[in-house]
Amino acid sequence: MDIDKRKFLKVIGITSALWVGSRFTGGLSSVFGIGDTLDKKALADAGFEISKTLPDPKALIGKQWAVAIDLRQFKTPDDYKKCINVCDKIHNIPDIHTKQDVKWIWEEPYDNAFPEQHNNYMEGQLKDKSVILMCNQCEFPPCVRVCPTGATFKRHDGIVMMDYHRCIGCRYCMAGCPYGSRSFNFRDPRPFIKKIDPDYPTRTKGVVEKCDFCAERLDKGLMPACVEASKGAMVFGDIKDPNSDVRRILSNNFSIRRKPELGTQPNVFYII
Amino acid sequence: MIEKAFYGSKKYWIWILFLLAFLGLCFHFYLMQLNQGLTITGMSRNVSWGLYIAQFTYLVGVAASAVMLVIPYYLHHYKAFSRMIILGEFMAIAAVTMCMLFIFVDLGQPMRVMNVILHPQLHSVMFWDMTVLSGYLVLNLLIGWTTLESERKNVAPPSWVKPLIYLSVVWAISIHTVTAFLYAGLPGRPYWLSAIMAARFLAGAFCAGPAILLLLVFLVQKFVKYRVGEESIQTLSKIVTYAMSANVFFLLLEIFTAFYSRIPEDMNAFRYLFVGLDGHTTLVPYMWVSAGLAIVSLAILIPPQLRNNTKLLTVALIALVISTWIDKGFSLIAAGFVPNPFDRVTEYLPTFPEIMIVLGVYTIGILILTILWKVAISVKEKTTA
Ligand code: SF4
Ligand code: SF4
Repeated sequence: MDIDKRKFLKVIGITSALWVGSRFTGGLSSVFGIGDTLDKKALADAGFEISKTLPDPKALIGKQWAVAIDLRQFKTPDDYKKCINVCDKIHNIPDIHTKQDVKWIWEEPYDNAFPEQHNNYMEGQLKDKSVILMCNQCEFPPCVRVCPTGATFKRHDGIVMMDYHRCIGCRYCMAGCPYGSRSFNFRDPRPFIKKIDPDYPTRTKGVVEKCDFCAERLDKGLMPACVEASKGAMVFGDIKDPNSDVRRILSNNFSIRRKPELGTQPNVFYII
Repeated sequence: MIEKAFYGSKKYWIWILFLLAFLGLCFHFYLMQLNQGLTITGMSRNVSWGLYIAQFTYLVGVAASAVMLVIPYYLHHYKAFSRMIILGEFMAIAAVTMCMLFIFVDLGQPMRVMNVILHPQLHSVMFWDMTVLSGYLVLNLLIGWTTLESERKNVAPPSWVKPLIYLSVVWAISIHTVTAFLYAGLPGRPYWLSAIMAARFLAGAFCAGPAILLLLVFLVQKFVKYRVGEESIQTLSKIVTYAMSANVFFLLLEIFTAFYSRIPEDMNAFRYLFVGLDGHTTLVPYMWVSAGLAIVSLAILIPPQLRNNTKLLTVALIALVISTWIDKGFSLIAAGFVPNPFDRVTEYLPTFPEIMIVLGVYTIGILILTILWKVAISVKEKTTA
């Protein structure tokens, strides 16, 4: 290593100051939306190369990913199954049939998905209809706000992600999520995975997990697996881009969201 | 001073050995949890916190309640508490330690607990709760130990203790307020989403904490010659009476708001607790026991003739502790998760291993309390003999 002394001291100084600083601004940044670009800039100024890894040129780039689910196109049980099964398979979701189950994407009857919309005289077809549920990738996610370790965090493209290696399993995020989107690994999930997909990590006992909009696929330029499997019934895109597909379908159709009154700004829209 | 803990009667040592043996048994169940995961508990995807977090909540209150002795004694120079105060401060130390252990046993990945400090998230109430709890532990250790040491040497406590004592008053309030904020700030849990939560917690703490202290004092007085003094018992039971009245009053306020507005969300948890929801009634009997005991305790505590009778007072205090424990040390957490975001009810009851782990943590608390009180009482007996 040929770091000269002056440079070395400079880096020590900068990094320790930044560490302390980022501990405090990190807290505020999630409230005010300030990123951590500062660290990188300061290090670059000190003459250091920052990163050698570049994102895949095909990676999908957006400000806030969102999905519109066109429930009118979900007709047969198979329409739901194919979206759910593909996710379970590629993400190594354990198949546990107890109260301690793990799920990322699943179905609930309309009345349970939207309990505050309860209506005794509702049109029969809608009342009995199943709704696809998943993490809403909230714009202002309470799960991120409450997490004491930063294991749940929001990426720059709006995806609320999990760091399975940092999570301490306190489950504060599960209490914080108003949508029941999170699952805890009460036990080692591996024996309950039908066939392990080596392309995606399995989780360990004691950590929380949830849908991450297939961040690993977006980074390779692919759509989320459920969206791809839905054959057009789910439309994915950047909600902040007025020309995106998701914006187009939302501007032409009536849509609802789960518990919008909580101010989390859910990014899963339902066209009914 | 700590050497006082190493000289004791045969009974003292038998008690310590018994606690250690029982702790060993409980530890076996914790190893089982470490090995298999939290699957050995009654918790579930829908009720993701249970008895551990509930004990934590209850004991933060017990810890904070030391302030009910500190305020009269240090702020109002109420001397009758001079033989009681150290017991209250030392009980707070045992309680805070148990709080921390209850958080620890609740973690899915306990080995990573330092991540809370390595990656502090200032927007997480849990970070602040950890900060105020450890601060409170240090404050009480410093204050309790130093004042006792000075007493032993027959000198006035050093002057730097005074500001710490004033700080500890505010700090005690803060630990329970921040603990209430853990729950009261969550958007999707209507039972917890209440501005009165912190006030209710404090009222519950200020009756349950001193009640436990009094019961323990009654128990210990059977074995030692040390007496805390009749006046201090009467004053403290008066404090318990006021706090319990406030506690019940706050609960009634919650019930009024929910049931007069008739907003289903706000009524659901209360319905679940007192009559059952969608045919789920597991917690109903416990809640009626809690309500009944609350009435019994107040009926004895409010009239002075009854309250000043030690036998009746003991009955009232036991009733009060059980009543508040069911409310805060058990149902508060489970009912917060009912109904779930899909309007469904998942019931929760702790499992046997879970209960053993809880008892294990309590055993550690009792062990700490025994040792600290042994030291305190030995010192006090010498200086006031
Ligand atoms: S739905 Fe729940 S888990 Fe997903 S981002 Fe929102 S709060 Fe977090
Ligand atoms: S369980 Fe993990 S992700 Fe959830 S709040 Fe705790 S540390 Fe964060």
